[in-house]
Amino acid sequence: MSARELVGIAIDTTIDTTIDTTIDTSLDITLDINGRTETVAVEPDTPLLWAVRQTLGLTGTKFGCGIAACGACTVHLDGVPTRSCVTPVSAVGGRKITTIQGATGAVAAAVQSAWTALDVPQCGYCQSGQVMAAIALLNATRAPTDADIDTAMQGNVCRCGTYPRIRAAIHAAALALE
Amino acid sequence: MKRRTFLLAGLGTGGALFLGWSLLPPRQRLVGSTPPDTPGGAIALNGWVTIAPDDTVTVVVPKAEMGQGIHTALAMLMAEELGCAWERVRVEHSPLDKIYGNIAAIVDGLPFHPDLDNALVRGVKWMTAKTMREVGVIMTGGSSSVRDCWMPMREAGASARGSLVAAAAARLSVDVATCRVEQGVVVCGTKRLRFGEVVADAVAQRPSRITLKSAAEFTMLGKSTPRLDSAAKSRGESTFGIDVKLEGLLYAAVTMSPTVGGSPSRFDADAAKRLPGVRAVVSLPGSRYGDAAGVAVIADSWWRARQGVNALSVQWNAGPNATLSAPAIMQQLRAAAATTDGLPFRSFGDAKDVVSKATRALHATYEAPYLAHATMEPMNATVRVRADKAELWTGTQVPGFARAAVAHITGLAEDDVEVHQQLLGGGFGRRLDVDYVAQAAAIAKALPGVPVQTIWTREDDIRHDFYRPAAVSNLSAAFDTNGRVIAVTSHSASQAPFKRYSKRVGFVLTQAGPDKTTAEGTWDQPYEFPALRSAHAEVDLPVPVGSWRSVGHSHQGFFFEAFIDEMAAETKQDPATFRASLLQKHTRALAVLQLAASKSDWGQPLAPAADGQPRARGIALHSSFGTTVAEVAEVSVSPSGDIRVHRIVAAVDCGFPVNPNIITQQVESAIIYGLSAALYGEITIEQGRVREGNFDAYRPLRISECPVIETHIVPSMDEPSGIGEPALPPVAPAIANALFALTGTRLRSLPLRVPKAGGAA
Repeated sequence: MSARELVGIAIDTTIDTTIDTTIDTSLDITLDINGRTETVAVEPDTPLLWAVRQTLGLTGTKFGCGIAACGACTVHLDGVPTRSCVTPVSAVGGRKITTIQGATGAVAAAVQSAWTALDVPQCGYCQSGQVMAAIALLNATRAPTDADIDTAMQGNVCRCGTYPRIRAAIHAAALALE
Repeated sequence: MKRRTFLLAGLGTGGALFLGWSLLPPRQRLVGSTPPDTPGGAIALNGWVTIAPDDTVTVVVPKAEMGQGIHTALAMLMAEELGCAWERVRVEHSPLDKIYGNIAAIVDGLPFHPDLDNALVRGVKWMTAKTMREVGVIMTGGSSSVRDCWMPMREAGASARGSLVAAAAARLSVDVATCRVEQGVVVCGTKRLRFGEVVADAVAQRPSRITLKSAAEFTMLGKSTPRLDSAAKSRGESTFGIDVKLEGLLYAAVTMSPTVGGSPSRFDADAAKRLPGVRAVVSLPGSRYGDAAGVAVIADSWWRARQGVNALSVQWNAGPNATLSAPAIMQQLRAAAATTDGLPFRSFGDAKDVVSKATRALHATYEAPYLAHATMEPMNATVRVRADKAELWTGTQVPGFARAAVAHITGLAEDDVEVHQQLLGGGFGRRLDVDYVAQAAAIAKALPGVPVQTIWTREDDIRHDFYRPAAVSNLSAAFDTNGRVIAVTSHSASQAPFKRYSKRVGFVLTQAGPDKTTAEGTWDQPYEFPALRSAHAEVDLPVPVGSWRSVGHSHQGFFFEAFIDEMAAETKQDPATFRASLLQKHTRALAVLQLAASKSDWGQPLAPAADGQPRARGIALHSSFGTTVAEVAEVSVSPSGDIRVHRIVAAVDCGFPVNPNIITQQVESAIIYGLSAALYGEITIEQGRVREGNFDAYRPLRISECPVIETHIVPSMDEPSGIGEPALPPVAPAIANALFALTGTRLRSLPLRVPKAGGAA
């Protein structure tokens, strides 16, 4: 990681939006994301969420609360469900990041097809996080109980009220994976 | 209106409907003056459908998809009449044209009791419908979408089908009567022509009569068709307003006055401008649309814009409301409910007098707090302002008002503002307001030609909402010596949300006069009382208020249905039996009540909860948006005093069930949204500020707290009515009534909290 060069200092009061007139404090940070290596130039304390959404354009991962209280921003770091809105990009290191747009494999397919078959989503905004949390649960626990589901999905808020179908879809995905 | 009346009457008999194309009145809803988009060589057969040469059918929808499944439901209405293959159906947002204006929501918003049907009422409804057809307000809300599009969407489908058949018959030189439609193909004897092959010819074909299917002929409607959007939403592929990407897009973060009506007094713009990526600092005066005064920072990423906001070190003028606090507000509402002779919405049988003279009467005061919507997608909008044109990308329930807001802020004509409607990450009434659009336009105006996406934090979103009004209601009932109810009065007090909203968006029709949303849920219920007086005192307060899922029904439903339960207890009757005795002439509502009771094993013993705590049931019934819902809740209280809702059985009559799967989904949705409010929801005003800012303090229901929900739909051939909201009002009273059955304590204030020490459980 190297400090980026200065690109300029404000000397004119007219607005030219094509030129950044401030001192750039970003660093080139390399991320292993969805099986690719990407370099993002952001301040190291930038939450992973914003690097994923805006720098890399992977908008499937959502902003909901900014304080790890709703789970809409859930991604996997080495398979562990993680709230990207409170994870500084500098703290990711070499861990493999998986977002909803890189969710592949038998478990992801089972979860997403159960989600579709049971019409889980309503507005759909929280569902990227819900699906990522469910995939992580089923990766760890192939036949989750209702209590397992409560524990794993507790941090993911849905305001449309898809919880009963989320529960049913996780059970259905578990059955499909047997 | 003659035509509409005729069509409705015709449908009621289940017969075929005929109408001459040339006889359509000038204000039809079939073809507008702004044609729909036709990419890929598609051809518009009317304002509601386009067909491409490859047979892709694009249903043109004026309603916002905010989770309620309306795009699927509207596509079904089209597909049923058009006769296309469902696999080839896609959905596109309509342009802004008056044919798409919402008529049903406004007509149904008139303060007439559902039972009332006379020449005067019909005349006022007709005039209102005609006016709304002229005004053309595109609006998704009031659980009105299927009701509003039930006729025009199906007529458009039948008309397009007629054109396609006529074109195929002409091409093959056969009689139209020998042709039929099958899965997107016109079949004439042994010859088959795909829709895509004849659509170009079909434009010139004007069917002389349109025949709508009878319900017996439906192949799609009434069946649980899967949603069109489930797969994309499960893969994170659906894009919302916050996901809009444009060349050269910049991002804005904002800070708004923490005090209602305050404004920035000092801020350090230079400190923000020195930060990396920051392009501009914009002072925000606020606007008529309700956006608060504040400051915005524009940067090349939202996170950098956010750091810019932090660097501003804004100091605020608190303004005139710095001492406004919840206890004083509630005192003011209590005083108004107790002393003011409010506006009567319905009054007969001299109810006030009967109550005051009764030898046996019951009086109770109920209260509800302000509530925020807290949609999962925080408010956001993307605007690009040029000298002669502006563009808006956002999710909104009112694209026309959004366009007007951008025009107002930029000084452009409305015709020079283009709206790109997006999917909504939740609406619930929040996105009926366009404050965030006006604000985003004011911000983007600072950088002409550059698209700027303004994104609120969760704290911005919760602290700058248009809240469900706090309310207080005084209810009374009088009984004769046999314990029969002889009169009921309801006198409530709150701000008037729809009147305030109408002033913000400039909707003239409802800026004055009675605001139905204040008292709905009391005077409009199906219960038969010998005397009833339902009145409301409007209280003016500076707290911003708006439409929150089910609006007045959300709290009045709790007050009224919990009080009905009190009447049953007072007269020592079973709560379900008592309700049934008041619904003898309202057979549809009675059937809903009985279905909920039977499916919930009402009256049967109930096993204790897993931890041995006893459980009890409570019942509530409520009519709103043309639909009646009864719910039975099974609850227990934990040893530490937490309310636990184990199961809710819902019965619903929403008329003909267009898609039972989506109806079930919406019942679940409204129940869970209502549960968050019933158990936890409270926005607290403190020193003119909203205390709660995020999901830690404004607590939503979580999966572990979610009960089992069972939905039972009453079969019906009546016209479809609303479904997005009606299952919400009965939730809180069903739980409160169950808690009374369990503990003997009557909870009359929301959110419901069991007294810690004194609870019998």
